[in-house]
Amino acid sequence: MSKTYEEINDKIRKGKAVVLTAEEVSEMARTMSAKEILDRVDVVTTATFGAMCSSGAFLNFGHADPPIRMERIELNGVPVSGGLAAVDTYVGATDCNPSNPKYGGAHIIEDLIAGKEVELEAWGKGTDCYPRKHIRTSISLDTINEAILCNPRNAYQNYNVAVNTSDRTLYTYMGTLLPHMKNASYSSAGELSPLLNDPECRTIGLGTRIFLCGTQGYVVWNGTQFNCSKPLNDYGVPMGNARTLAVMGEMRQMSTEYIRGAYFEKYGVTMYVGIGVPIPLLDEDMAARVSIRNSQIDTFIEDYGNRGEIIGRTNYEQLRSGEFEFGGHKIHTAPLSSLDKARRIASVLKQWISDGCFELTAPVRPMPTGTSLKGLAENM
Amino acid sequence: MVRKVVVTFPAGSAGRSLTYELIKKFDIMFSIIKADIDAGRRGKLVLELDADEDRIRKAIKYMEESGVEVSPLESKIKYDSTLCISCGACTSSCLSGALSIKAPDWKLVFQPDKCILCKLCLTACPLRLFSTEFAD
Repeated sequence: MSKTYEEINDKIRKGKAVVLTAEEVSEMARTMSAKEILDRVDVVTTATFGAMCSSGAFLNFGHADPPIRMERIELNGVPVSGGLAAVDTYVGATDCNPSNPKYGGAHIIEDLIAGKEVELEAWGKGTDCYPRKHIRTSISLDTINEAILCNPRNAYQNYNVAVNTSDRTLYTYMGTLLPHMKNASYSSAGELSPLLNDPECRTIGLGTRIFLCGTQGYVVWNGTQFNCSKPLNDYGVPMGNARTLAVMGEMRQMSTEYIRGAYFEKYGVTMYVGIGVPIPLLDEDMAARVSIRNSQIDTFIEDYGNRGEIIGRTNYEQLRSGEFEFGGHKIHTAPLSSLDKARRIASVLKQWISDGCFELTAPVRPMPTGTSLKGLAENM
Repeated sequence: MVRKVVVTFPAGSAGRSLTYELIKKFDIMFSIIKADIDAGRRGKLVLELDADEDRIRKAIKYMEESGVEVSPLESKIKYDSTLCISCGACTSSCLSGALSIKAPDWKLVFQPDKCILCKLCLTACPLRLFSTEFAD
């Protein structure tokens, strides 16, 4: 037995689609076969709410009179890109002013979505067509032309667990890592995570409609650092940092409930992004994939105190228990991404689909295969 | 009963053996959880007092009459739960267990009575939702 997108969408339109969250279907799989799950379930919702540095927003401010070619731009004192035509910018989530490193691009994006006004100051050299050299004003989502969230690398498929064997505290994008492996931090939503439920991206591709920060967004490309060459465990799950998604959506429809600026001590600004991806159960293989449980998702333990050395492996069931054993010691574990929020997102997406207001899209182009990562050579 | 208190010594009070007096006069069993000295200005002890309620009350009164400030520990760390996203990053650094996040609901739980004022949560929270009421 198999199902097509059209058959599933037809059920969604009629309000007859059976939609479960990935956690619900994982529980169901304890007593049911993949075939039985395929018979009963049409769509599984997955989600994650984690720190995703590779995020940002395109803004178009509109032209002032007289007009200016903005070549240097600051928003609330944070320098942002001046290299995008005359009155456009890209606000990178990690943009910041070094004199105030705890407030950056991610906070500007959050402030705009919250409806706040943001101060815009820009400078240009002055040209015949753009004579103005300076402008200072305030903007909000109501006053500008476009505000498009565009995140080049989100929703990492799995991620290494971070520990620190050195004798000093480390401040990293994986949080505060205490010396001598006093703690371990992990960031994936595990069995609820989108790319762990469709590990080969059979249903997730360009054009996939998703939940993005409270509204409908889209997968627009394979994410940067898209890596298909990570080793698989016995359940076909890539271990460590593997595939990623590039996503886009309309900022005006987003909610700060699902997107937040953040600052990691002595590391910098980042952005918590909420993403939900629906997975259609097209066949038994997909039904088996979405049945994955935390105990079946392995990941590597990476020592940030020793140049990222891989020193072991664990799984998400152990990580979620609050501790895991390593080298005869129990290591205290803590998440970095919010499972509480991820569950809410999976639940909202489930409701949208069940209510018939969110149909599934077949990829217009599949994700790449056979990719691996290059390092950066120093050749000068 | 067990109570945690912050005892702040003003400058000039360093010559007194107040903790000795707690044992001698009030039969208080205590643990020093944390000690800070701001040279020439003040000293600060975080104490866990273990005795019956009456003796603890009398001991605190005695300390206050001796010119040191005594305040309950739980009033010292502030946490804005309304903005919390329950990411759990703060629990990574909270080895006393005052901050925890676990099944079934995976919402952050703050138990002030377990807090030892190590203040690691202040920097571990990516949203900067923790603060103390007094300066270092």
